[in-house]
Amino acid sequence: MDALLKNRRDNRNFYLLVALGLLVVAAGLAAAHYMEEYGHIVTGMNNQIVWGMPHVFAIFMIVSASGVLNVASIGSVFGQTPYKARAPLAGLLSIALLAGGLTVLMLDLGRPERVIVAATHFNLKSVFAWNVFLYSGLFAFVGIYLWTLMERRMNPWSKPAGLVVFAWRIILTTGTGMIFAFLVARQAYGTALLPPMFIVMSFAWGLAVFLIVQAAMYGWNEIELHPAILKRLKNLLGLFVISVIYLVTAYHMTNLYFARQSAFEHFILVAGGIYPMLFWGGYLFVGSLLPLFLIYFPGMGGSRHVLAASILVILGSFSLLYVFIVGGQAFPLSIFPGYEVTSSFGDGQIGQYAPSLPEILLGMGGLGVAFLITTIGVRALNFLPRDVAD
Amino acid sequence: MSEELDRRQFLKGSAMLAGLAIAPGMLLYDLAHGRSLNEPASSAVRWGMLIDTNQCESGCDDCVKACNKENGLPGGTRPTDEQWMRKVELKDMRTGKATSLPMMCQHCEEPPCVDVCPTGASFKRADGIVLVDRHLCIGCRYCMMACPYKARSFVHEPLHDQKPDVPRGKGTVESCTLCVQRIDRGENTTACAEACSKAGHKAILFGNLNDPNSEISKRIKTVASTQIRADLGLNPGLHYEGL
Repeated sequence: MDALLKNRRDNRNFYLLVALGLLVVAAGLAAAHYMEEYGHIVTGMNNQIVWGMPHVFAIFMIVSASGVLNVASIGSVFGQTPYKARAPLAGLLSIALLAGGLTVLMLDLGRPERVIVAATHFNLKSVFAWNVFLYSGLFAFVGIYLWTLMERRMNPWSKPAGLVVFAWRIILTTGTGMIFAFLVARQAYGTALLPPMFIVMSFAWGLAVFLIVQAAMYGWNEIELHPAILKRLKNLLGLFVISVIYLVTAYHMTNLYFARQSAFEHFILVAGGIYPMLFWGGYLFVGSLLPLFLIYFPGMGGSRHVLAASILVILGSFSLLYVFIVGGQAFPLSIFPGYEVTSSFGDGQIGQYAPSLPEILLGMGGLGVAFLITTIGVRALNFLPRDVAD
Repeated sequence: MSEELDRRQFLKGSAMLAGLAIAPGMLLYDLAHGRSLNEPASSAVRWGMLIDTNQCESGCDDCVKACNKENGLPGGTRPTDEQWMRKVELKDMRTGKATSLPMMCQHCEEPPCVDVCPTGASFKRADGIVLVDRHLCIGCRYCMMACPYKARSFVHEPLHDQKPDVPRGKGTVESCTLCVQRIDRGENTTACAEACSKAGHKAILFGNLNDPNSEISKRIKTVASTQIRADLGLNPGLHYEGL
């Protein structure tokens, strides 16, 4: 009787979650339709801030889609048993996040109906075009990897498949970093440090997403995560958060050392209003130091602390991406070094940007897509990480 | 029989000779007077400009107005409005010297916008003009991120009353075309250069950088000029004098 009741309750909750996901996705689609109908004038984006809130959401999801596979790689490539049990869930999350991120990127295009052009016309010198191949490749390879994990007869192939996925996602995140690294004239971008920085960010953010989803699934099934495994996962998250701090510091230190970059650094770290606030408060304090405290401080590190730390890491990631993407464009291009510049086109001026509701809804819609794929996936197939001790 | 052959050979020979004699003239004529619409642009030409900032008057924006009129742009100056051309006022921070100049697509030989465009919508014609194919542009704005000159605009709103020879599109990116519609009609000046001359400043000299006898080539050889952000190595087709 109890089992029957629980089953009924589970069913009801599942459909509630799906309905919630569909609602968020519908709101995102409506926002995209509105943006297409009236043009990007209804967003906060303009000719100086050409990428805004949708790109913050999309890049978060695409970077996390790669990082979430860490858990799988540690299992399949490096042979760690507790991680092997988590590989299928990591694969599903990767596909879900990538689908969500790409949906947002696609629907933010000025001509979303021409996405077929992007799939049939390639400029092979463009890192964007390379990314189209990298994204579709990741879908395919993770799909095959999941098959080798979940179909018993294919199990022997899971190691080579895991190896391909491992290599592919490192290349994919390198490609994401290169989108910015290849911008020759932008002071915030155009450095070879960005691909490794993006890879390390992917490790932290992907693991944070994984830990949140795992906590939700364990809560749903009333299972406690084994303390030894929790300890390993939380220490790994802590290590990744520290690594991101290291690379972000190296990025800013390098800029601070170059006289021609000091005005930009002053803007982004001190004088730029919302951007320094989000950098120090959002990224460093809330998104990095607080999680480290929750993970490492004596008496902390329980499953609730780790869950809170993961949520904070994600809040921090949005802050950092906002500063990096929007703040990086807000600072004016240095077209005439050594001159004070004014014009009708915002030359020499800080670009103004206020995210509009449709942009935020579109971004949320992408998260909704990822949420729906995950929720339906874990319901339909056996993705629950089961440790041998259970 | 042999006489007939001789005559035929003579006729053939003289036709070839005549051809040889006329061809260079035709070629020069072609270069000077543009090409027919079914003929592709030629790399024998590289269109460019020499802008003399000493002649450019601060506060005068006749070139910008002419550009807007020629290309059917509304001429608004909100951050979301398209500005293919703008006047920039500069003040040297060390000496205080003030300079005024028009700024637009610099028509680079190595255009970053063309490199980054995923679909190949951003392209450089054989004659050096950098354009956007409005049918291939998906509106990703990556070219705007890549352009060192802030030369490109995104069409943020629906368009009305377009000029038939300057097709545009909502949701696509656009920039100065060096009045390609004029060049393809065989005219050899742009709307901005024409307006600047009419205003008496003659600050914009348009011409073929590949022709050593063109006025622009001769002037570039004799006066000190510079390219904006020459350090980037993109070799823009626009040169500035007095900067």
